[in-house]
Amino acid sequence: MRLPSGSFTLDREGRVMTSTLPQSFPESQMCAIGEKVLASFRAAQRAQMPLSEIIVHYAALKLLARELRGGAIIFLVPQAFNQNLKRSPTNSRHL
Amino acid sequence: MSAQPKILLLDDDQDFLDLYREMLSKHLSSLPEVRTASSGPRALALLESETFTLMIVDLHMPKMDGLQVLSIARRKYPQLRLVVLTSIRDEQFRARAYGMGVDQYWIKPESDQEMGLFMESIESLLNREAQGGFRGVQSKSLVDIIQLECLSQSSSVLKITNGVVEGKIWIQNGEVIHAEAPECSAEPAFQRILSWKAGNFETMPAEPNRERTIFTSYQGLLLNTAQALDEAASQILPIESTGNGSPANAATLLAELSQLNGVEFVLAVGSGENPSQDFWGLENPKPMSDWMRETLENFQSLGDRLQAGQLQQVVGTGPQRKVALAPCAKSRLCVGFPPTLSAEQLRDTMKSILTKWVS
Repeated sequence: MRLPSGSFTLDREGRVMTSTLPQSFPESQMCAIGEKVLASFRAAQRAQMPLSEIIVHYAALKLLARELRGGAIIFLVPQAFNQNLKRSPTNSRHL
Repeated sequence: MSAQPKILLLDDDQDFLDLYREMLSKHLSSLPEVRTASSGPRALALLESETFTLMIVDLHMPKMDGLQVLSIARRKYPQLRLVVLTSIRDEQFRARAYGMGVDQYWIKPESDQEMGLFMESIESLLNREAQGGFRGVQSKSLVDIIQLECLSQSSSVLKITNGVVEGKIWIQNGEVIHAEAPECSAEPAFQRILSWKAGNFETMPAEPNRERTIFTSYQGLLLNTAQALDEAASQILPIESTGNGSPANAATLLAELSQLNGVEFVLAVGSGENPSQDFWGLENPKPMSDWMRETLENFQSLGDRLQAGQLQQVVGTGPQRKVALAPCAKSRLCVGFPPTLSAEQLRDTMKSILTKWVS
């Protein structure tokens, strides 16, 4: 499954309200992402450290979440292996 | 003498399995035993019941794809060497596979030369002893890879990552011409990279236009680096405990980190059942520590689910401050910054912090 690029919004109950992600990306995955994001915002609130934005950097994905009236808007940005990688026959040679 | 190595080959193409089983079992000097599986669940069942040295995985398979198998195998069998062998020429899949900690990512060979290189690399992996170090390439064999590249007069760029810290070594026509690591370049960067005890490694296409900054031969570089590391090791003083389970130099290090641009507080929590905890600039670290633990655990499990690769960093922004979290070696770091610090400054400062921490 390729990681998609796009965004979706959640209400405060974690339900997906709107989405620009392809239909091939399961809603269950969106809900899973939303659950973790909302949990992190709420935990920060409990720690007396309210946050308006969380950015999560993975090797192959950047996830940006903005708090939105108790819910969130979440952007998924797949990361290329190397933005400047030139395609050449030597790409297939690895050690 | 080590036991006969064992390879598990996973692909949904039976002809491919038959061909590669024949080649791997007959044409490698270690004469490994080769088992095959045509589906992810079957491969995982074999891993559960038998001990393998190496697994070679196709990515594109029905039902359970190769990335799912890799994700599970990496977590359950950390000593198992993992190689992707696929016809998918997609940099995103390559990034995700390396992010998961595979040892090598190969496009299925299309010529005798490529097949020869593939077989050599498999032989090399089978001959490694399972000792920590770089995922797929122990710290000892990072030296081996550099030597192999130079001896074969090759040109390439070696990218080595250690969490969010990254280094590169440029090789052109068998000579090391340049290196870069956080806050240094040329020969100091080469030494810095070789001093890292663990990480991920990958080969990228050559950059023939890269300016040359290193003129020492690769043998001289490796010798100088070995001598420098030996000298550094001989100067390490015995570490005294402060009584909270942490070494005294951790407090010193945190104080040093606090001098970096914009740092308001630093919190470092170790791993394990009773993790050590060191902090600077916080009156009560517990709320922050709890948030850090919960957030990193949540997003690490999410990353596994999405197959998004290694979790590198989490940055939170609020009206009072910015906070950056990073898993680093066997610790978790939490660093506080003023809310007005730019994203670029925060990124640069975190790189400096992580570089100092892993060193």
